[in-house]
Amino acid sequence: MPDATPLVEIEGLCKWYGEFSALHDINLVVHRGEKVVICGPSGSGKSTLIRCINQLEEHQQGTIRVDGREVRPGMKGIEAIRREVGMVFQQFNLFPHMTVLDNLVLGPVRNRGMARAAARDLAMGYLEKVRIAEQAGKYPPQLSGGQQQRVAIARALCMQPKLMLFDEPTSALDPEMIAGVLEVMEGLARDGMTMIVVTHEMGFARRVADRVVFMDEGEIVETAVPETFFTAPRTERAATFLSQLLAH
Amino acid sequence: MTRRPPPPPAPRRRLTAADWLLFGLVAVAIGFVVWRVNAVLVYNWNWSRVFGFVVRVDPETGAWVANLLLQGLFTTIRLAFWGTILAAIIGLVMGYWRTCETLALRIVSRTYVELIRNIPPLVFIFIFYFFIASQLFPAIGLDSIDTASPWVDNAAFRIAFGDPRLFTNFLSGLICLALFEAAYITEIVRAGIQSVPKGQWEAGRAIGLSRSNLLRDIVFPQAIRKILPPLAGQFITLIKDSAIISLISVQELTFLATEVAASTTKVFETWILVGAMYFVLCYFFAFVFARLERRAGRGHR
Repeated sequence: MPDATPLVEIEGLCKWYGEFSALHDINLVVHRGEKVVICGPSGSGKSTLIRCINQLEEHQQGTIRVDGREVRPGMKGIEAIRREVGMVFQQFNLFPHMTVLDNLVLGPVRNRGMARAAARDLAMGYLEKVRIAEQAGKYPPQLSGGQQQRVAIARALCMQPKLMLFDEPTSALDPEMIAGVLEVMEGLARDGMTMIVVTHEMGFARRVADRVVFMDEGEIVETAVPETFFTAPRTERAATFLSQLLAH
Repeated sequence: MTRRPPPPPAPRRRLTAADWLLFGLVAVAIGFVVWRVNAVLVYNWNWSRVFGFVVRVDPETGAWVANLLLQGLFTTIRLAFWGTILAAIIGLVMGYWRTCETLALRIVSRTYVELIRNIPPLVFIFIFYFFIASQLFPAIGLDSIDTASPWVDNAAFRIAFGDPRLFTNFLSGLICLALFEAAYITEIVRAGIQSVPKGQWEAGRAIGLSRSNLLRDIVFPQAIRKILPPLAGQFITLIKDSAIISLISVQELTFLATEVAASTTKVFETWILVGAMYFVLCYFFAFVFARLERRAGRGHR
């Protein structure tokens, strides 16, 4: 269960793309060990929000703190913060010119100065955890989408992060591949990882999330425990969104 | 599975009437030129005069040695070799600068590329030659290197750079050529770097790679794969463009051919032979690059 110390603190966060307001006055605190699912219609700013946390997107107003350290646009030493924050992308973004094992080994060797042999042991451990160790010598394009995404999760874990961000990790997958990826994520949740997950997998949200954050038009509209959110959403916008999700 | 019939024989590709007509026209055109040269120009072919300028017998030792045209070919190969290395280095740096976030670096590299691509190579080379040869070399003392010093007067130096007495001249031509070709390589490198998907940069950043590690481990290895084919093409262009350097008296193949043609008056023989030399050189490299490319492509998706 989550303990009291906050790992991510976001206050008054605003972001614009040119004139377009992508995020407006976002306030969100995620505690150590907590699992937060962010959902909402496309273009509601979910991805932008989590990408601000590791500064793949720069915000213009408000503060973001990760483990007590403020994250600012253009800051020196952002790499140190990114090493504590794993990220999994919709399109996997594995490095196609490296073997699966090398994809995992790269971070610890380059960032932590870990010896190659030690990094390989670490990497093989995580590959076993995502049940893909037998593919260690292959190149990413030789794997299926589901396998690639599990490798991507293992790659992020290899940096032994305090927090994992998932940006629609199953949206680009064929239906039969989704379950395997979600299982890995649920295992991670059971191990106590702090997770912020942007997803439309409502079953996953019910099983895993401590809180569901519903966003629309760049704002947090509603925050609730999954059971309440799915059975009795407080806002009209959340209710409309949920009925559209169920419609297909 | 039931036994299936073999595929029908592939239709033989036949030459049609249109093909023969085209061949005929080409033959007539060639015949006309030959007839003009022989009957109207009354040209007196003498290939052996020109071949004598490829190799000759040294009267003292009795051995075959390279004469002007072969020496010129060697100089051209040297220019191509060093020119490619130099141009690749400049092009790599400038191409990287083109994609940098630092505005000053982008302005410098952009200006360089636009300047060179928008003036004729000949004009550029005249301007730069006079700057390099008359200002830069004297300033750094390169105009008066000691050709007798053991550093310079040895076999390795001669193989790499040719006659030490012509070194300054060779070097100024080399720099002109490299600066000129590097502008095109810059654009190839820029395109290669920009062809690496944004997601690759993001994934590298997300695991906390520093910018230099990101470039070295993620971006460049993927860019190189895209860059190699156009780079090979640019290398062959560099060989051909090296002929321009003859105009600042670098004693490469075209420069020496001009002299041979003038002194023998065997204009056709000289230039046909020189053309053949360039062709063999360029075609050889094109062949090698095509093989390398096919090998590099194997195994990868």
